[in-house]
Amino acid sequence: MPERPGLLALAPAVTLGLIALPVLAGLAGTILPGLGLAPALGGTRLDLAPWAALLATPGLWRSAALSLGTGLAATVVSLALTTLILAAWHGTRPFRLIERALSPLLSVPHAAAAFGLAFLIAPSGWAVRAVSPWATGWQTPPDWLLPGDPLGLSLIAGLAAKEVPFLLLMSLAALPQADAARARRAALTLGYGPSTAWLKAVFPRIYPQIRLPVFAVLAFSLANVETALILGPSTPATLAVRLTQWMRDPDLALWLKAAAGATLQLGLVLAALALWRLAEAAATRLGRAWITRGTRHPRDRLPRAAGALAAALATLPMLAGLASLAVWSVAGLWSFPDALPASLTLRAWSRAAPELAGAALTTLGIAAGATALSLALVLACLENATRRGRGAGRALLALLYLPLVVPQVAFLFGLQILGLMAGLDGGPLAVTLAHTVFVLPYVYLSLAEPWAALDPRLAAAAATLGAPPGRIFRRVRLPMMLRPILTAAAVGLAVSIGLYLPTLLIGAGRVATLTTEAVALASGGDRRLIGTWALVQAALPFAGFALALGLPALLWRNRRAMRPAR
Amino acid sequence: MPILRARALALLLAALASGPALAGDRPDPADWPAVEASARGQQVWFHAWGGDPRRNDYIAWAADEVEARYGVKVTQVKLADTGEAVARVAAEKAAGRDTGGAVDLVWINGPNFAAMKEGGLLFGPWAEDLPNWRHVDVAGKPTVVNDFTVPTEGLEAPWGMAQIVFYHDTARLPEPPRSIAALGTWAAAHPGRSTYPQPPDFLGLTFLKQAAFALVPDTAALQEPVDEARYAELTRPLWAWLDGLAPDLWRGGRAYPLTGTALKQLMADGEIDLAFSFNQSEASAAIANGELPDTVRSYVLEGGTIGNANFVAIPFNAAAKEGAMVFANFLISPEAQARAQDPAVLGNFTVLDIASLAPEDRARFEAIDLGPATLSPEALGRSLPEPHPSWMERLSRDWSSRYGVGE
Repeated sequence: MPERPGLLALAPAVTLGLIALPVLAGLAGTILPGLGLAPALGGTRLDLAPWAALLATPGLWRSAALSLGTGLAATVVSLALTTLILAAWHGTRPFRLIERALSPLLSVPHAAAAFGLAFLIAPSGWAVRAVSPWATGWQTPPDWLLPGDPLGLSLIAGLAAKEVPFLLLMSLAALPQADAARARRAALTLGYGPSTAWLKAVFPRIYPQIRLPVFAVLAFSLANVETALILGPSTPATLAVRLTQWMRDPDLALWLKAAAGATLQLGLVLAALALWRLAEAAATRLGRAWITRGTRHPRDRLPRAAGALAAALATLPMLAGLASLAVWSVAGLWSFPDALPASLTLRAWSRAAPELAGAALTTLGIAAGATALSLALVLACLENATRRGRGAGRALLALLYLPLVVPQVAFLFGLQILGLMAGLDGGPLAVTLAHTVFVLPYVYLSLAEPWAALDPRLAAAAATLGAPPGRIFRRVRLPMMLRPILTAAAVGLAVSIGLYLPTLLIGAGRVATLTTEAVALASGGDRRLIGTWALVQAALPFAGFALALGLPALLWRNRRAMRPAR
Repeated sequence: MPILRARALALLLAALASGPALAGDRPDPADWPAVEASARGQQVWFHAWGGDPRRNDYIAWAADEVEARYGVKVTQVKLADTGEAVARVAAEKAAGRDTGGAVDLVWINGPNFAAMKEGGLLFGPWAEDLPNWRHVDVAGKPTVVNDFTVPTEGLEAPWGMAQIVFYHDTARLPEPPRSIAALGTWAAAHPGRSTYPQPPDFLGLTFLKQAAFALVPDTAALQEPVDEARYAELTRPLWAWLDGLAPDLWRGGRAYPLTGTALKQLMADGEIDLAFSFNQSEASAAIANGELPDTVRSYVLEGGTIGNANFVAIPFNAAAKEGAMVFANFLISPEAQARAQDPAVLGNFTVLDIASLAPEDRARFEAIDLGPATLSPEALGRSLPEPHPSWMERLSRDWSSRYGVGE
């Protein structure tokens, strides 16, 4: 494919059509009903009744403020923890431990992670059980409002716990291209403390590369439903949670209000992104002043301790939550304040086993299809941009991020109608295409910056040696990019495996994946079953991430500069 | 009228859709042999809430039987919320898909049924033409033809009875409160030890309606659509009671469990001492599953608790209407009903008039062991009828603005 520039030149258009059109069409199908607009009837009469109904909803602004606050806070916390961990520990031996913990953390589905965390911190949860009654004297759990605290602190913690591993992974993929190791070494030679060296010399190079992932984290944190449902406050809940409830209401009139609400949700995300850009500008100015001051902080123990704390905070609760789900999946009666179940049973597993296998196969097939298609298109786009000089189609490609920034609830209903009209629904193929809409942006996100940061002199050298563009692509760029490509594929697989709404809506409920089955079971709230399905659901992407992190190390064991920067 | 506005939207969206609307195929349910003949080889997609593994297992059993006996393949589409299926059918109608719809059969009742009936989204009448309909206890269980007071008119077939039962752990709470008034007094003396699922959860709203029966001065008004002129006056005692109750609830009424299962989990975690369910044998089943200790027992409130029926309905554009009818007919067969009533399987009480059955079918019901914590039909007593669906919607809205927005 890359050999034929004619086809290659079409790649951005095809990709865009595949990604942006459904989102824009779906968005129109959502925003317009909210405004009472329907051009097909020739009617352009504006009817603001849905908006009036929305604005009259009690607690609307509280919900909106909660969404904005928890979304921004979760992003700041995630980025801060990621930075602290990298600054303090990158390139050290203990960092490998963190790297190893990454795959399991990344592969846990959001809902399962939230359930695990909720059980850990609840007053009747594992933490309290571990010290009761011998230390606390409690025979019945205390009546604390946790999780679901009014400020959304448990929600922020749950979001950050899932997003730190994602940002860490994105940073790890970006580090080799940022020439991090040499920059840090140079700073160390100049007498900077190790953490300070990283913050001053490496972070300014890394941040631009992970900026888009950070945006995706922000948009996701603001609009996610599952985590907010389980860990967030419920009186009122976040805007996204309430929207979903309106859309599921049998009173069809609530859909119009939900359409208006989805538009508001989109506005919130855009406002948060704008706020973030402003904060970036301010942080850049402060950071530059701090760097140019040249203070060495030669013995910066504090950041190192803080980094250790950050790593512990980001990993341990999630791992403990995951362990608790594993225990629940084999638990018999497990009453408070017992620290462990009174009896063990495999009932939940034997009950789930017959369906698990079929659902796992469907899930894997769809994820592999969507990821392969996404990788092919993204590589074609990037290669095209490289050959035609930077900027070719780049501005247009910004539209690719629409599915990440536009809340799913805001366009999926419209998309469903579109699919019905095109007769494109119900089958695994339609679901695979729908998944590609969400997978491709993440694949692009994971690949674009590392690709752009690839030293162009390598290709130039190959060309001087007489290699045609196709061969340069295959023999130089692809191998150099192996690690980011595998990372992108693992992220793509994980995204596809975790998708719920698109699978349900486009698949007409007939395509049963691990996630649709798990969410349906989770709606019953049975911890034993949730534990069973969550573990299997996590196992698939886990295999993907383990390969992505392990394979390059194996293949490049004799290529020192290709190994992850240490 | 909100429903009318939604219809307008449906029309607009239908206008967006291209392609001529095809006339739906309409099998004749009265010609049962023809129905069975066309059903053979059909694939039925049965959309049913998937949060209860025992019910999923029961549906899988019924599907296997129907495939073996009638050659109809039934697959459960496990929903996280029944509204998803309603939305699906409405979206198909909006897009002009009048045949070959995705939903062949859906488990619904109450407001979901009212919305689908009102929106013209259902096929039928068919239910009363089913061969097994003759054993359905229409006289003794009037809710099998009145879904939340809305006449079913043969548009849906009942497949199980539900009634609110309360349960408590006798080890922690030997003498539970047996009326709404007593519950308020008990909660005041034991703050933080009881709660109810947060509306718009189905079970949570049912709790409000149960309280309404005890507190509203004119309970006959509950059987009619909400009369706005009298609403405030009728519900004042209800809100006064709930206002008094809220600070004594779990988490001081600042948070609520989201579903009935979450309520059961709180009971299992020892966070509350009193819970309730729509499944008469939930406590027995939970004990057998190791979810609750074997000291848990069930009871109903004095004066009775709200009961209703679960139904299955066929959307107007279902692709396999015959197969769906064959499956629905099997669900109300004495064999399937007796299996469903066994607490070891599902514990869902039958819609049939057991006295009218043949002796060998009656024996199936008499052989059932109800388990340690399930009340007999006699102990359950006569249930209270569901209020009109408009009460559910109105109470839900008011509850949310009073307690759901953290003021």
